[in-house]
Amino acid sequence: MDSAGIIVAFWLLSAIAVGSAVGVFLARNLIHAVVLLVLSFVATAGLFVTLSADFIAAAQVLIYAGAIPVLMVFAVMLTPLAGRDNGNSLYVVPGVLLGGAFAVIVAIVAIDAEWGAAGAATLAGQSFETTADAIGDALLGRYVLAFEVASVLLLAALIGAIVLVREDEPA
Amino acid sequence: MSVELAHYLTVGAMIFGVGIAIALAKRNAIAVLMGVELMLNGVNLTFLAFSRFGGAFDAADAPLAGHVFVVFVLTVAAAEAAVALAMAVLIYRRRETVDLDRINLMRW
Amino acid sequence: MSALRMGRRLPRRTVPRALMALGALVAIGFVAVNVAIGYVVIDGRLDGQWYDVRDLGIGVQELREWLDDRNAQQPGILDFLGQHWISYAVTALLGATGILSIVGGALLILIWVERRLIGRMQIRRGPNRVGPYGLLQPIADAVKLIQKEVLMPRGADKVLFFLPPALIFIPMIVAWGPIPWGAQMAYLDVHVGILFLIAVSSLTTLAIFMAGWSSNNHYALLGAMRTIAMMISYEIPLSIALLSVVLLSGSMQLSTIVEWQSTHNVWLAALLPLAMFTYFFSSTAELNRTPNDIAEAESEIVAGFHTEYSGMKFGLFYAVELGNALFVAALTATLFLGGWSLFGLEEWIPGYLILGAKISAAYFLLVWLRGTLPRFRLDQLMKFAWQFLIPLSLLNLLIVAVEASVFARWEVKGIVSLGLFAIVNWAAAIILVREWARRMGYRPEREAVRQPILTQGVGGLQAARRLGAPEMGTQV
Repeated sequence: MDSAGIIVAFWLLSAIAVGSAVGVFLARNLIHAVVLLVLSFVATAGLFVTLSADFIAAAQVLIYAGAIPVLMVFAVMLTPLAGRDNGNSLYVVPGVLLGGAFAVIVAIVAIDAEWGAAGAATLAGQSFETTADAIGDALLGRYVLAFEVASVLLLAALIGAIVLVREDEPA
Repeated sequence: MSVELAHYLTVGAMIFGVGIAIALAKRNAIAVLMGVELMLNGVNLTFLAFSRFGGAFDAADAPLAGHVFVVFVLTVAAAEAAVALAMAVLIYRRRETVDLDRINLMRW
Repeated sequence: MSALRMGRRLPRRTVPRALMALGALVAIGFVAVNVAIGYVVIDGRLDGQWYDVRDLGIGVQELREWLDDRNAQQPGILDFLGQHWISYAVTALLGATGILSIVGGALLILIWVERRLIGRMQIRRGPNRVGPYGLLQPIADAVKLIQKEVLMPRGADKVLFFLPPALIFIPMIVAWGPIPWGAQMAYLDVHVGILFLIAVSSLTTLAIFMAGWSSNNHYALLGAMRTIAMMISYEIPLSIALLSVVLLSGSMQLSTIVEWQSTHNVWLAALLPLAMFTYFFSSTAELNRTPNDIAEAESEIVAGFHTEYSGMKFGLFYAVELGNALFVAALTATLFLGGWSLFGLEEWIPGYLILGAKISAAYFLLVWLRGTLPRFRLDQLMKFAWQFLIPLSLLNLLIVAVEASVFARWEVKGIVSLGLFAIVNWAAAIILVREWARRMGYRPEREAVRQPILTQGVGGLQAARRLGAPEMGTQV
């Protein structure tokens, strides 16, 4: 049995994360949607903390709450004549149906499945230690090839983004 | 009462589902990108939950594999956001719209 | 007024002499008592009977253990919250109260200190009307701000206009958590401390954007967009500079970094001069302070993102700016100036006094910069970040990485290798800055061809000839 603090934290953070994600769907203004999106990401970072993932939680806040929304805000500001109303397309009914069906099916499977040892484990089971060292070791040891590919991907994205949005220089 | 693996998986699935709905239903390309980011977020939560409850802290051969995957997902998400938003700005510059229903030049 | 115009010297005193004497007496007495306690503690006379009272961390630890014991003996009705809930709650509240009161009190004093110091630097008096020597000026300001009406512009986005003053305050307070004030005196000593700080301070960006966008005002939006562009540009060199600290000390935990500096008897400022310069300059950009205050350049865009805020909401933005400046000073003191350690002197004087003195020194540097330097233009600022700071800090990171691996692998005496690193790093810093500046087209003034300015005053022509200027005839 876990202590009450972590249970309360889990339910509260899940409610905020899912609720503000739904808010992104319902918001009528695109800027409001971005703010709600950040709220959802920060709440998810809180959920990561309850899973003892301190490094990932900090990285999540840094990337998802600090960097990506800023990019989105810039994109919204740089497209001034486009619609800001966050409107729905014709696919709204199939989209909601598909998303809802997916969530329900996965939830049923997750609750119903026999997870073995993982299902019996609780959060109080293991002690909290930093994960940064182990992640660093894994990234530069076992997963070093993927790490290098990811760095190339980032460089390609950087150059690609710059090339795409560059104004043509007047001759 | 305690918090178990299934709880986290359910929350991850719900976030992913909302992400699908947003990505399919929105007209604005930037809003669609928000949906994609939400989907990635739900996947991250699932990864970390499996890593935590699957005993990754005790695993000898591949500790924290789930965490490493999440690091890569974060990387890809950042790269994807940069390029996708750059494309949205570029499309806006050419066509004065980011409405995905009206960007149909390539349609048969 | 007339004293200024006549060019008479201003009186040197900024604080009443009696107050200064009293303050000095209290400070000397405090330090003396601490030194005496330190002597007794080190002497071993109090060993086992009394812990070092100067270290609040130990006191809080004792309190926790006592509370846990009590809780174990007589369980209360709230025990479903967990075994240690009462000790967690009590110590968390204690620490939060401590941080809030220290930062809040410092903010009140800093308003006076900063205005007064800048006044001195600009040869004026600064606030001197309210109370003795203007000491009550911050309180008068606060009262005035609270009394003012909080306006909401027509067409403003109600919710998003309401939130930012509060949202921007949270990261400022939370960021103070990991700062270690003594051996065990960190409120939130997270393992990923530096990453945590970078993450938390990046949350400010969105609050600023919300403030600027929701004001429905072009100046506010311009200021917000400028701020965001500047902050995301300067976050990169800032993070790289902090990364070199992490590389050398081998930890992201702030208390471990301080202990590393303490055990190796060196300040990281001596080892990583370029990283410290990069960090300091980038953080002035993050803080929106001169020389990088284009976000709220009064002469260009009124007041930037908080143009439309009035009353205490404006006061909150102002307080957050000061608080962030103080936080940057604290982080500089912790990471680069040795934190609460001072070459063994921390055995005698409590760590929080040492850290406070270092914070004050770093903060004075910030005020000095603000009082001295003019403002950059936006394009200059962005160019400086992307073409100067980022490549330089990357090169510096490369050098530090090599040094860190050398330091970790070879069994050289610490003092030898660290001394070598210091020499290498200082030389690299000077050469890199010089050569890169030249590559970007900067020429030092003494190498530029100086055109003599000929005046009608006596000796103008002779002075020009002495400088080696070409003959200019009778151009006077």
